[in-house]
Amino acid sequence: MNHSSQIVESAEQTVAEMSPPPAIELRNINKSFGAVQANRNVDLIVQAGTIHGIVGENGAGKSTLMSILYGFYEADEGSIQINGKPARINSSQAAIAAGIGMVHQHFMLVANFSVLENVMMGAEKGFLLKNSIGQARRKLRELSENYSLHVDPDALTDDLPVGQQQRVEILKALFRSAGILILDEPTGVLTPQETEQLFKILSSLRDEGVTIILITHKLREIMAITDNVSVMRDGEMVAHCQTAETSTAELAELMVGRKVSAATRSREQFLGDIRLKVENLSVAGSLGNKLLDDINLEVRSGEIVGIAGVSGNGQSELLEVLSGIRPLSQGQITINGQQFKAEDSYNAADMRELKVAHVPEDRHRTGMVTAMSAWESLILGYHHDSRYNKGILFDQAAIHEEAERLIKEFDVRPGDPEIKSANMSGGNQQKLILAREIDKSPEVLIVGQPTRGVDIGAIEFIHGQLNQLRQRGCAILMVSVELDEVLALSDRILVIFDGRIVAEVNGNEADTMTLGLMMANAHEPRSSQNLKGDA
Amino acid sequence: MSDLFLMIILTFDAALRVSTPLILCAMAGLFSERSGIIDISLEGKMLMGAFIAAAVAAVTGSAWLALMAAIVATMLMSALHGFACITHRGNHVVSGVAINIMASGLTIALGHAWFKRGGQTPSLLADARFMPMEFPFAEQAGNIPIIGTIYKELLSGHNGIVYVALGLVGLVWWIIYRTRFGLRVRAVGENPQAVDTAGISVSWLRYRAVLLGGVLTGIAGTYLAIAQNAGFVREMTAGQGYIALAALIFGKWRPLPALGACLMFGLLDAVAIRLQGVEVPMIGEVPVQFIQALPYVLTVVLLAGFIGKATPPRAIGVPYVKER
Repeated sequence: MNHSSQIVESAEQTVAEMSPPPAIELRNINKSFGAVQANRNVDLIVQAGTIHGIVGENGAGKSTLMSILYGFYEADEGSIQINGKPARINSSQAAIAAGIGMVHQHFMLVANFSVLENVMMGAEKGFLLKNSIGQARRKLRELSENYSLHVDPDALTDDLPVGQQQRVEILKALFRSAGILILDEPTGVLTPQETEQLFKILSSLRDEGVTIILITHKLREIMAITDNVSVMRDGEMVAHCQTAETSTAELAELMVGRKVSAATRSREQFLGDIRLKVENLSVAGSLGNKLLDDINLEVRSGEIVGIAGVSGNGQSELLEVLSGIRPLSQGQITINGQQFKAEDSYNAADMRELKVAHVPEDRHRTGMVTAMSAWESLILGYHHDSRYNKGILFDQAAIHEEAERLIKEFDVRPGDPEIKSANMSGGNQQKLILAREIDKSPEVLIVGQPTRGVDIGAIEFIHGQLNQLRQRGCAILMVSVELDEVLALSDRILVIFDGRIVAEVNGNEADTMTLGLMMANAHEPRSSQNLKGDA
Repeated sequence: MSDLFLMIILTFDAALRVSTPLILCAMAGLFSERSGIIDISLEGKMLMGAFIAAAVAAVTGSAWLALMAAIVATMLMSALHGFACITHRGNHVVSGVAINIMASGLTIALGHAWFKRGGQTPSLLADARFMPMEFPFAEQAGNIPIIGTIYKELLSGHNGIVYVALGLVGLVWWIIYRTRFGLRVRAVGENPQAVDTAGISVSWLRYRAVLLGGVLTGIAGTYLAIAQNAGFVREMTAGQGYIALAALIFGKWRPLPALGACLMFGLLDAVAIRLQGVEVPMIGEVPVQFIQALPYVLTVVLLAGFIGKATPPRAIGVPYVKER
């Protein structure tokens, strides 16, 4: 109540003054980390009461800029003005005091706290919690009603779906009377429906006078909701425009610095025999719960089958089982006629023997050893291969020759086989893994999140590679939380929810909205009915 | 029958006495570990506290001065642990082990230098110690069967610090679950980023939690040296700091269950003493070492599956670095 009226007041004031000062004015911001200049002479003006988008590829400096604004770092140079007044923001505390709230990409929530505890932590009234709780509960209810941000204050944060957790983050900021809200890649973890709800919330916040900065790499979202947009590339601001006067094509070009052609799927069919067949597959978790429940699927040669779903619904487990990392509890997997059942013991190396390649969803955890050099990463898992060995020693010459060839073919930068994998960008690390797996001309490719944390240029390249592999007759099973990616590449799309395949859609007939509903298991189409009936 | 009853009561009585340093250390560890700092140095801090308390009591003759000095000493050691783990993001276990080794060496070296008694401190007179407190009418109540016996033998006649330790468990519970500080300590042990972005200093919060732990280990050391005993003997903590840590884990980092675990370990210890040289029917004489090993064995076995998983604070042992 207090809070909303305060915002309305300030909004009226600014209107009365005719030329309202911008909510945020950044001038000439510079920030270096060692030799890397993350922000170079960055200017940014965000008008009060607008939604301002900031786009750029990974590593373009968006997050650094926002971290400076939120007091995580202090800029080496430059000035910050908030609502027309110079501000020195050297801590999150100072940022909060200046009325800035931030919703981080990875939520800053304490998992075993209730919503209420999370919201009030850091903004408690007095030493005893007793006093804070009642007051926080009242304020939370008001905020929930004013902005239709409904969350159960007593729910355990960990139990909430991500969409709700994000609301808690927004509530946290509003609870601290933030008039400026920064959202860092807010839609990465949301279903299309949740995204739509988020955008509704953001619009209503804007109507109440809240200034919003939206950081994203999804251009469609910029077009859908922002008033203005700024583009960053290589640490610099390369353009500011009004959203209404620009287009996704123009923005994409500004981001990458060259023309980008969207991945177009060749509609030709190359369907061959069934390479991968999964029957009644179940996997039990440590608590006896089913992580995967009665999965049935098949992938043919020359086909890409996409698995769509909100992350955490069993995709990781499916990838692990199929690549031989995790044992199955029930059912069987057939790869090129070879059967695997629960009682069979097999591992990732056995799968590789059968020409099953695996591009793991988390490249840092399972895809590579970041401390290794590029050439080591390129043979990891295939290091017993005779072509890399001479007696008990590595054949250094052969390995290096191969590494240089792959680095060239897959355009990995920097092109030095000796460079540490850790010192490469996400996109180049991903190319390294892809090069390693694809070059062995696998018959089945299991790929998870092929382009997570990868810039647009690399996405284009990786999608191209997957398409080529498909044309060459590989059977590809792809798991991705990026719906656009699933839609762009898949011949067939399976929707996974709570460890079960709940729907199957033809790649040509799929659309975002229906898939989104299926991912939330809120859709009851004919095709999914019988599948669900089985379970 | 009444002999047996008296024996049981006296065993419980002894259990309470030996649990006291465990309880104090477990509560110290609770603050530290709930804030995300592994505190394996409970042992060393308690040992240093015991030495300083005994030394100061021997020189000044004041138990209270001894307590103060012990607390200051252990807080300094906690600050050192904090400096290594919080400010310099060192490995918590390494720092803790280093502190334990340092305490073990320093107490002996300083003892030699100051008192020339082979690492021991002079025996203290009653004036320089904390002495047991008799409850009013304990003697008279002793004649009343059962309730009177419990009152006289079990409840009354302990050292003041025993009662303080029990009261402190309640206080710790209240601080952890009912105050702003407690909320933040719980949060910083789970997700320091969340605390940082909420505008709270992670370092200062952790320092405070670790220093509070220092205060409690100082009291524990004082109890050992000048309340339970009448002077410092080298290595007198004898692994109790580790037992306290086990009790904390056993209690899943919660005050009341940790108290329960401390009392259980204390009871095992008291039983061990009582069973010394006693012929148990059917079994014969149980080696004392067997019972002394029980707390450790129990911790391993029970934690391995019987009482469910003990989930530590999520960010424990992870140095906090602001992410890019």
